Amino acid sequence: MTAIGGASERQASTHLCRAASRNPSSDDRAVIRPFPVPTDEERAFWTGGADGVLLIYRCATCGRWFHPPGPVCPACHSLEVAPRPVSGRATVWAVTVNHQQWFASLPPPYVVAIVELAEQPGLRMLTNVVGCEPEVVRSGMVVDVAFELLADDLWLPVFRPKVSRP
Amino acid sequence: MKRFEEAVAVTGIGQSAIGRRLGRSGLSLTVEAALASINDAGLAVSELDGLATFPGEAVDPGLAGCGVWELRDALDLRLRWFQGSPQTSGQLGPFIDACMAVACGLATHVLCFRTVCEASAQRSGGRGEVVGSQFAVSDWRRWLAPFGAPSAANWIALYAQRHFDDYGTTREQLGAIARNARANAMLNPAAVFREPLSIEDYLASRMISTPLCLYDCDVPIDGSTAVIVSARDRSSDRPHDPVYLEAVGCGLTGPFSWDQIDGLTGMAATAAAETMWRRTALGPGDVDVAELYDGFSVLALAWLEALGFCDFGDGGRFVEGGEAIALDGKLPLNTQGGQLSGGRLHGYGMLHEAVVQLRGHGGPRQVRQRPEVAVVSAGGGPFAGCLLLTR
Repeated sequence: MTAIGGASERQASTHLCRAASRNPSSDDRAVIRPFPVPTDEERAFWTGGADGVLLIYRCATCGRWFHPPGPVCPACHSLEVAPRPVSGRATVWAVTVNHQQWFASLPPPYVVAIVELAEQPGLRMLTNVVGCEPEVVRSGMVVDVAFELLADDLWLPVFRPKVSRP
Repeated sequence: MKRFEEAVAVTGIGQSAIGRRLGRSGLSLTVEAALASINDAGLAVSELDGLATFPGEAVDPGLAGCGVWELRDALDLRLRWFQGSPQTSGQLGPFIDACMAVACGLATHVLCFRTVCEASAQRSGGRGEVVGSQFAVSDWRRWLAPFGAPSAANWIALYAQRHFDDYGTTREQLGAIARNARANAMLNPAAVFREPLSIEDYLASRMISTPLCLYDCDVPIDGSTAVIVSARDRSSDRPHDPVYLEAVGCGLTGPFSWDQIDGLTGMAATAAAETMWRRTALGPGDVDVAELYDGFSVLALAWLEALGFCDFGDGGRFVEGGEAIALDGKLPLNTQGGQLSGGRLHGYGMLHEAVVQLRGHGGPRQVRQRPEVAVVSAGGGPFAGCLLLTR
C-alpha cells in the first residue's frame, strides 16, 4: 500500500493544491473543484483516502476487479461484490496536459490521465498525475496512488510518479 | 425481412441563421429552421404529424435550444408521434427513430430538429459557465470533473494521444482535417469561420488539452437545423427529388463512462458502422461524399477508420496533406466546413449537408461529380450513430 504522510504533506505535495492556495478568492474550505455525490456503492472509493487506501470493487465469485463501482459483477453477474484495497500501483495508459482553465480555482496546466491499475489488465480510472512537471508524463509511466482532500470526508485518488524507496 | 429504411425519404431541409452570438431564443431559431424545411418540402404546416429532436429538454445550458413541446405549441401542431431524447445513437438517434415511426405508420411527415444556443449560453462566463456551473456532480461526470476534466476536449484528447502514441499520428495530420474544413467553409456563406487557415496558423494556435489545439475543437454557435422525413409513398410529389435512406447504424458497446473506453477500436462508432454496413449491399467504396462528425478533428479520423475508409490506425496517413479528403479528392469530407469551421450544429449540419450534396445544390462547394451515395455520422466516445443516404 502506498500511503503518504500526514495531511500537510498531502496538501503540499501536488501541483493542484498549490495552485489552489495561490488563488486569492479561495477560502479555507477544501473544495477547490467539482466533487462527487457518491452512492452507497461509491462511498468507499471516495473516502478510502482518509486511510491512504484505494478501494476498488472486486467480485468474490470470479475474482474480477471492476470500476466504476456497481452492485453486480460485469463479468459473471454475481452479486457477491465489495470494495477491496488495491496496491495503488498503476501504469499511465493515456495522458493529456490540460491547458484550458475550466474552473477558477484550478489553474492549468495539469495532467489528466487514464491509468491502468496493477491488479488487472483493463482496470482503468481517470485521474491526475501530480508531483512532477506535466510534460514528463508518458504512457507506460509507473505511478503510485496518493490522495488529496476534496471535501469533508471525500478524498481524490491521484497518482504520482513512482519513486524508489529504501 | 424488409428493412424499415426502404419505407422513408428525406423531403425537406432547412436552417436558421447560424452565428457566434445571435442573441435569439432557441425557439426563434427553431421556428426559422422548421418553416424553411416545411417550405422546402412543399408541405403545409398542418401536414406535419411528427416531431423529433435531440436532446429534448433540460440538459446542459445551451445544448438544448428547444424541446418538442415548445415547437408544438408555437406552431400549434397536431402530432401523432413525437420524441425528444438525449440517450440515442448519437445526436441523429431521434432522426433514426423518426424514420422507424414513419415506416411503422405512426406518422407521415416528421420534422426532426436540433437547435443549439451554446454561444449565447457562454456569453457571460465562457466555457466554465457551461461545463462547471455546479460543483456537486451526481451524474456520470463525477468520475471526470473532480479531476479537472469536465470537458469532452479532455476525454477526446486522451484518445487522440493514444492514437499518436500507438500509430504515429501527428498534429500535422489532424491539422489536415481542420484545414480541409476551413477550405470548404470558405466556399459556404453560412459557415462561421471563413478566413484562410494555414498549417502554420494551426500549429501556432493555443493548446486546449494536448495534443488538441484550438483548431481541433469545433465552434460553439447559435443555430438550428430541421430535416423532414416522410413516408416514401408520399415523397415523390414534393418540390425536390427525395433523398433515400439506405441504411442506419446504431451501437452501444462497452461502458458509457468516457474514461473506460476499451481501447482505440472500442468507441461506439465501430459498432454503429458495423451495423450500418450489415444493412446494405453497398460498401465504403461506393460512398461519394462523407459528412462525418468532427466535434474534434480526431473524431472525424475515428469515423474514417470505423467506417472502413482506411484501416484502424491509418486515419492520419489517409488525411495527410488533405488531397484525399478535398472537394476533388477520392472522399470529399465535410463539404460545408464541418463543425470545426462551419459551427457546432451538433450532427444535424452533417445530415443537412448530405442532402444538399445529393441534390446537387452545393453551389461553389458542390462536389463536382454529383454524389449518389453520402454517409453521415454523429457522436464520439461512447455514443454514435450513422446513416447512408442515396438519391
